[in-house]
Amino acid sequence: MTPTVTRAGQPLPGGPPYDVTVIGAGVVGTAIARELARHPLRTALVEATDDIANGTSKANTAILHTGFDAVPGTLEARLVREGQRLLAAHAGRTGIPVERVGALLIAWDQEQLDALPGLLAKAERNGYHAARLLDAEETAAREPHIGPGALGALEIPDEAVICPWTTPLSYATQAVRAGVHLHLDCPVQDLAYADGLHTLTTGRGTLRTGLLINAAGLYADAIDRLLGHDTFTVRPRRGQLIVFDKLARDLVGHILLPVPTAAGKGVLVAPTVFGNVLLGPTAEDLDDKTATESTAEGLALLREKGRRILPRLLDEEVTAVYAGLRAATGQEDYRITARPEQRSITVGGIRSTGLTASMAIAEYVVSLLPGTGLDPGEPTELAPLTMPGLGEGADRPYLDAGLIARDPAYGTLVCHCERVTEGEIRDALTSTLPPRSAEGLARRTRAGNGRCQGFHCGAAIRARIEGARS
Amino acid sequence: MTRRERAVDILVVGAGPAGLAAAAGLAAAGPLHIEVLEREQTAGGIPRHCAHGGFGTRETGDLSGPAYALHCAAEARRAGATLRTGLTVTGWAGPRTLDATGPGGLERITARAVVLATGARERPRAARLVPGTRPAGVYTTGELQQAVHLHHQHIGTRAVVIGDEPVSDAAADTLRTAGVHLVARVTTHPPRPLAAVRRGGGAPLLTRTTVTALTGRPRLTGVRVRHEDGRTATLACDTVVFTADWIPDHELARRGGLPMDPGTRGPAHDPAYRTGQPGVFAVGSLLHGGEGAGTAAREGRAVTAPVLRHLATGAWPVSGPPLTVEEPLEWTAPNLAGPGGTRLLLRTARRLTAPLLVARQDGAVLHRHRVVRTVPPGSAFPLAADWLERADPRGGAVRLTIGG
Repeated sequence: MTPTVTRAGQPLPGGPPYDVTVIGAGVVGTAIARELARHPLRTALVEATDDIANGTSKANTAILHTGFDAVPGTLEARLVREGQRLLAAHAGRTGIPVERVGALLIAWDQEQLDALPGLLAKAERNGYHAARLLDAEETAAREPHIGPGALGALEIPDEAVICPWTTPLSYATQAVRAGVHLHLDCPVQDLAYADGLHTLTTGRGTLRTGLLINAAGLYADAIDRLLGHDTFTVRPRRGQLIVFDKLARDLVGHILLPVPTAAGKGVLVAPTVFGNVLLGPTAEDLDDKTATESTAEGLALLREKGRRILPRLLDEEVTAVYAGLRAATGQEDYRITARPEQRSITVGGIRSTGLTASMAIAEYVVSLLPGTGLDPGEPTELAPLTMPGLGEGADRPYLDAGLIARDPAYGTLVCHCERVTEGEIRDALTSTLPPRSAEGLARRTRAGNGRCQGFHCGAAIRARIEGARS
Repeated sequence: MTRRERAVDILVVGAGPAGLAAAAGLAAAGPLHIEVLEREQTAGGIPRHCAHGGFGTRETGDLSGPAYALHCAAEARRAGATLRTGLTVTGWAGPRTLDATGPGGLERITARAVVLATGARERPRAARLVPGTRPAGVYTTGELQQAVHLHHQHIGTRAVVIGDEPVSDAAADTLRTAGVHLVARVTTHPPRPLAAVRRGGGAPLLTRTTVTALTGRPRLTGVRVRHEDGRTATLACDTVVFTADWIPDHELARRGGLPMDPGTRGPAHDPAYRTGQPGVFAVGSLLHGGEGAGTAAREGRAVTAPVLRHLATGAWPVSGPPLTVEEPLEWTAPNLAGPGGTRLLLRTARRLTAPLLVARQDGAVLHRHRVVRTVPPGSAFPLAADWLERADPRGGAVRLTIGG
């Protein structure tokens, strides 16, 4: 089957209405599309921007949560717990990098230390039984470089870090290869529902569908209003993060979490699967859904917090700074609502746990289909998929003698900092969902994402992208 | 893992001016197997994309960067060194054993001596923690020069250059070549004396000014700046070039466990370019950031004798005590005491007029010298180093200060 991916300038395909259309190709929308692809349905995935996972999904803390600290009994707690298992298994099958580094919730004062047993009990209520309390000595032994004054910690050995970019890319690739139509550059401007059919007016024409699934992330409230519902408002919560150089990686072994307070989850220090160290995020409630800029105040705050947690981190070079917006809705749970009378499902308020929970959210959403009057039919297995090995924990192509012997392009490094080869860049540019921009290529290969930020390779990488586009 | 294992006499990592000069000097000295590994497809280092004059030696006369890169590579080859390009050193497998990847496969090369000449890069926007959006149109000089001179890419229409160093002038020249209008140049430094006579192409130089944010998405629309006195402005532009602020490309040095100097961020080294790892030498911008091809090549030539001496005797004398600096000095190279040094390079954070340099060890003055000129920030100034021989090899750190 030839994959159908359309872009700006191309017409939307004609033909009968889709059975299901998912609005929003973030990690949640692509996961839902992938789950739908297992069923004999005619499915479309429409995305406002020119790439998948281009909003909240591309800029987060990249943690695969156990859900130990969720609010027990919520839908989020359940879907995070299930999603963690599903995504870990999917990552194992596809080669998405995951590192089970474990987390330490570190108490820096007596009040925080006193809170740890309660958090341990909460983890148990969430069905997570491997957490344990560490005293100050054990904490220091686990993390020899942390700052002075740690009184103890709660250890969560199963917290992991994951690649936030190849996860949605794997979902979208599997979905598209299984027949889901992906329409990029396709912002939804209006919605009309009549006689069991939705008509979507998009920036690229109209599209008709039976069932409509709203997975529009930060814009889920706006899509819901187009459907005539005014039940929640997404208030973007900005998280700024600093990525430190790979040479800092040896300073930290675990995800170092603060003890949560009323002000939120706080600032963490975490390794990444790419071998960097993350510091962040801030938590700023904003009104502007495009405010993904970093600020001097935010960066100063992160550096102040980071200096306390891991003093030597601040001596290392910074590789990147970014900011993402979480879709906060003022409710401590997901807002997943099926409206059978209108043949729509809203998947809103998927906050920072969306990456972890994505596959469970997708299963849950598809389980709601019969209730909306759509029989999804029997599920089938999707064709297996192997994602590029971007993780520092695995042997990358530049270390694979057999691969280089078969194709010398894997022995030619183009991006030196991230050790990305000609072969990997070529593969990304000719993949099912090729990138259209340097950023898109970076998310697929890491090329250009390293410490030099293009000093050595930026022009060469751009030349290859332009070559592929022309 | 299948790696082709090999042995050479001397392995030079990096074929820029420093590595090529070292290879040329060493190869000229006798029948040694000298191999230079270069990760780029072409040897020559940063001058490859510096399409302006000012390079060369007394023998060659003034050359453009690309011509100088060709000259350096030809000299090393003519002397008998083996230059291998498109081959990346990826790590250490032993004290003088390096792993490399190239289209021909994986190699493991053991050498009797290793010369690291891995160069430097300009700190990009993120490393400088400049806040704002992450738009297209943000460059370092290195990326800009490659885009214009090697790949002939379209840059933009209106540009701001951040920095006021020789490389900033080069960036401005490259922008003009590419037909980009230079809106302004921005520096945190105070105005230079005689600023009226300096180059600048008519674009204003905003002094005592900091970049506070970048705006625009997906393309840059402006650079927000703040003057020391609190005035702010937004410079409308679609291109910004962050220049200078060099950081050694020290990954290999650090992965090898070489002790590092906190000032230069390069490997700690003595006047014979010996690092803390026996048999491993370091030269060029790896030692101190972007000091120019001439300085790098001089260090490459100067490492020849110590390397040959090491190969002949096997000796690795213990380096002397560290050389440390106090503000406004930022660093010194070399930064370990020892014999054989002819000069130190020193860098200052602010302009100094006829500074008196004082070197002390354990309270006693080793050396006093007045530099009879004005030394600017942003490029190093030399200081004769024969006095270093007088430092007690078993004494405390030698401290360099600007005295009264």
